[in-house]
Amino acid sequence: MRVKVLSRNPDDYIRETKQDLQRVPRNYDPALHPFEVPREYMRALNATKLERVFAKPFLASLDGHRDGVNCMAKHPQSLSTVLSGACDGEVKIWNLTKRECIRTLQAHEGFVRGICTRFCGTSFFTVGDDKTVKHWKMDGPGYGGEEEPLHTILGKTVYTGIDHHWKEPVFATCGHQVDIWDEQRTSPICSLTWGVDSISSVKFNPVETYLLGSCASDRNIVLYDMRQSTPLKKVILDMRTNTLCWNPMEAFIFTSANEDHNLYTFDMRFLESPVMIHIDHVSAVLDVDYSPTGKEFVSASFDKSIRIFPVDKGRSREVYHTKRMQHVITVKWTYDNKYILCGSDEMNIRLWKANASEKLGVLVPRERAAMNYNQKLKEKFQHHPQIKRIARHRHLPKAIYSQAKELRIMREARRRKELNRRKHSKPGSSPFVSEKKKHIVAVVK
Amino acid sequence: MSLPGPWLGGSPAAPLIPPISPHRHLLLGGQRGHVAALDWQTKSLLCEINVMETVTDITWLHTETMFAVAQRRWLYVYDNQGVELNCLKRFNGVLRMEFLPYHFLLATASETGFLQYLDISVGKEVATICTRGGRLGVMGQNPANAIVHLGHSNGTVTLWSPNVKEPLVRMLCHQGGVRAVAVDSSGTYMATSGLDRKLRVYDLRAYQPLQSLVLPVGAGHLSFSQRGLLAAACGDVVQPPHKPYLSHTLPRAAHSLRFCPFEDVLGVGHGSGFTSLLVPGAGQANFDALENNPFRSQKQRQEWEVKALLEKIPSELITLDPGQLGRVDAITMEQKHQERVERLGFDPQAKPAFQPRRKLKGRSSAGSLLRRKKKVANEEQRTKIRKSLEQQQAPEREPKAAPRAQRPALDRFKK
Repeated sequence: MRVKVLSRNPDDYIRETKQDLQRVPRNYDPALHPFEVPREYMRALNATKLERVFAKPFLASLDGHRDGVNCMAKHPQSLSTVLSGACDGEVKIWNLTKRECIRTLQAHEGFVRGICTRFCGTSFFTVGDDKTVKHWKMDGPGYGGEEEPLHTILGKTVYTGIDHHWKEPVFATCGHQVDIWDEQRTSPICSLTWGVDSISSVKFNPVETYLLGSCASDRNIVLYDMRQSTPLKKVILDMRTNTLCWNPMEAFIFTSANEDHNLYTFDMRFLESPVMIHIDHVSAVLDVDYSPTGKEFVSASFDKSIRIFPVDKGRSREVYHTKRMQHVITVKWTYDNKYILCGSDEMNIRLWKANASEKLGVLVPRERAAMNYNQKLKEKFQHHPQIKRIARHRHLPKAIYSQAKELRIMREARRRKELNRRKHSKPGSSPFVSEKKKHIVAVVK
Repeated sequence: MSLPGPWLGGSPAAPLIPPISPHRHLLLGGQRGHVAALDWQTKSLLCEINVMETVTDITWLHTETMFAVAQRRWLYVYDNQGVELNCLKRFNGVLRMEFLPYHFLLATASETGFLQYLDISVGKEVATICTRGGRLGVMGQNPANAIVHLGHSNGTVTLWSPNVKEPLVRMLCHQGGVRAVAVDSSGTYMATSGLDRKLRVYDLRAYQPLQSLVLPVGAGHLSFSQRGLLAAACGDVVQPPHKPYLSHTLPRAAHSLRFCPFEDVLGVGHGSGFTSLLVPGAGQANFDALENNPFRSQKQRQEWEVKALLEKIPSELITLDPGQLGRVDAITMEQKHQERVERLGFDPQAKPAFQPRRKLKGRSSAGSLLRRKKKVANEEQRTKIRKSLEQQQAPEREPKAAPRAQRPALDRFKK
C-alpha cells in the first residue's frame, strides 16, 4: 500500500562538508512565529540596553595650549585639520588623525577673538585684542622660515568676531559695528550698524550667501543683506545672545545661543516667535554649531557640558561632560557628521563621537545589518515606558543635576502661581501667552 | 511501527508518556519509574534510567539536554545522560507539567490544587497559585499566548496566567468532569472531552462552542497536530473523531498521545509500550530553521540557545492577547492628557479659536469678518450635533436586543 507522508532526506538539510555554510531553510508564515510582538519588544529592550553599554563618546583630548581655548575653526577641505585660537594669542593647527599639533603661531598679543578659514582652505584669518586682522597661509613656512602673516590690517577699535563669505573673497568682522571687507583692501567696503552697543559675533549664511546675522550686547539679533548697505531687521530678546549659527540645509533657519540658558531657533522670515526653544542647559549657552545634515546641533555651555539637540525637539538627546572639562567656550561639529570638538577653559580641546554608541571604522555587512535592525527596533518601541526610561537615562554631574532640579521646582512654582492667579481673577483678564512668545521683546524692521 | 521495548522489563501495567521535543528527541517514561530518552529518527539511545519512584509526568525543557520528571514526591530535573541535576522540593505532588518555550517557564499542576511556575533559566519559582479547583489532573497549554488551561472535575476549564491569582476565564464545558484539554497551535480552537462522553470544540476568541460529538467511549487524551488534525485516544482506539480520517486499535489502553513536530507521525504510549502511527497530513512540511530546526548541529543549537535566552519573554507579559504590547494604550493616554490639562490650566491640544484672515481690497470689513466667523462656528455646531445624535442612537439600538431574550413567558399570549 502506498502511503504519502512527509519524508525528508537529511542530505538536503545538513551541510556536506565543514567548509560549507549551514543550510537555513526559512518559512515566514506567522503561524510558525508566535509571540512576535513580545519577542520584538525584548529585542528592542536589549538593543536599548546595549546602546547604553556601548555609549563611550570620549575619544581624545588635544593638549598643548597654554591658555584657555577661545575660538575654533574647521578646515573646509580637510576633515582631519582643525584650527584653534587661545586666550594668550596663540593659534594652533591640529591633525585629528594623529591627534597632535602640527603648527603653532603667535598670532596676537592678547586674546584671539575670532578665527575663520577661507572657503578654498588655503588661508585663514584671525582677529585679536590688539585691534588687528591678520591673514595667514594654511601651509606652514618652509624650513627655517619665520611665521609671518600674509597680510595685517590695523583697525581703530577692538574686533570681537570674524566670519568669511562662503563663496566670494569677502569677510566680515564685528566689534563696534559690522564691517564687510574685501580681501584685497585695507579698509572695509561697508560698515553696518544699528543700535548703540558692541556686537559679539557675526555669521554668514551658507545657503543664501549674501545674508549675515549678528548678535549684539543690547540683547538683539540683527540680520543684514550684503547687497544693500543697511540692516534688514532685528529681534530683541529678553537676554543677550552669545552667538548664532545658520542651518546649513535650510536657508532661513538659524539657532542662537542665549544667556538665559536656552537656545532659540528662528525662521528669519517670521521673527515674532521662534520655531523652537531648546531648554536643557543650566547655565549660559556660549556656542552653537550645526551638524552638516542640518538635523541636529551641538551647544556648549558655561555649565561645563555640551548638549546635542535635534532641531525639531525642545530637549537634548545627549549630554557630554567630563570631570576635567571646565567651562566650554567653543564647539564644532566636523563636516563628516561623526565627531564633535569642544574647546574649554582649561586649555584642552576634546574630541567626541557625535553618536555615542557608534562603532567607528568599517563595518562588516552582517554588523551593519544587525545595527540597522536594532536601530529600527529602538525606533519602533521608543514610546514604551521601560524602553524610554533606559534610552533617556544619562549620568549628570552633581552640580548640573541639582541645578536642573532646582530650576524645575522654580518653573513649576511659577506656573502654579500663575494658574492660581488666573483661577481667582476675572475669566479672560490674564490671557495665555505661549512660552515661545514670552522671551521675545520686539521685532523691528 | 511498534517499538518492542527491551526496557519494559516485563511490567505490563507500565503506561508510557511520550513527549517529543521540538527537535526530534523522544522521552519515554513508565509509571514504575523507567525513563528513557532517545533520538527518535536515528533510534540512538541518549539515556535510560530508573528513578525508583512513580513517575506521573515527564517533559523536555528548552533543548534536548535537559528534561524534567514529576515523581511521586518532588520534581526532578535530569541531564540527557540521566544525571540528576536538580531536585525541587517546593514542587510536591506534581501531576501534570507544561513547558512554555518562549518564556522558559515550566508550569506544574499538583494534586493539592496548586499551579506553580518555575523559570528554568534562572531557577526561580515565578508564581504559586492556589487554584482551589481540587486535584489538577488535566492540563493543556495554548501555544499562541502561553496561557495554561486546567480541567476540573466539575466540568469547567479555567485559563491561568502567572500574574493573576484568579483564573482569567472560567468556561463550563461538560456536564461531568473534564478528562482532556488540547489547544491547537494557532490558539483559535480548544478541544475538550469529558466524562459525559462528549467531545467539544470551542472557539477560543469568543469562548463559544463550535462542535459537539458524542463518542461511545469518551476520549481520555487529546492532541492537536501542527496542521490542525485532532487525535483522540478512546480506550484503546486512537482516531481523529469528527471525520473518521484514521483509526487504530492498540493492544492495551492508551495513556498518552503526542504528534511529532515536523513529521506525519503520532506517538502513542500505551500499556504494553510505545507505538508510532503514520498520519498523512499531520506535520508542517516547511520548517523555519531559525525557530525550530530538526536537523541542527550542536553549534547551531548552542547559538540558538543563547539567542532564545536573550529574547526570553518575562512572565509579566503573559496575557490573553499577546499582541497587546503593540497597541496604543488609549486609557493611559487619556489619563495623562487629563493630568496635563489640570497642571497647565489649559488644553495644549485644543484647537485655537478661529481667526479670520485679513484680506485686502475691502474684503475684510467688519461684516465679512463676522460672516466668515459665523460660517465656521455653524459648521462646528453642526458636527457636534451630528456626533451627539449618533451617540444617542447607538445605545438605543442595543436595549432592543435584550428585551427579546428576557421576555416573560406569558408574553406569547399578548395580542
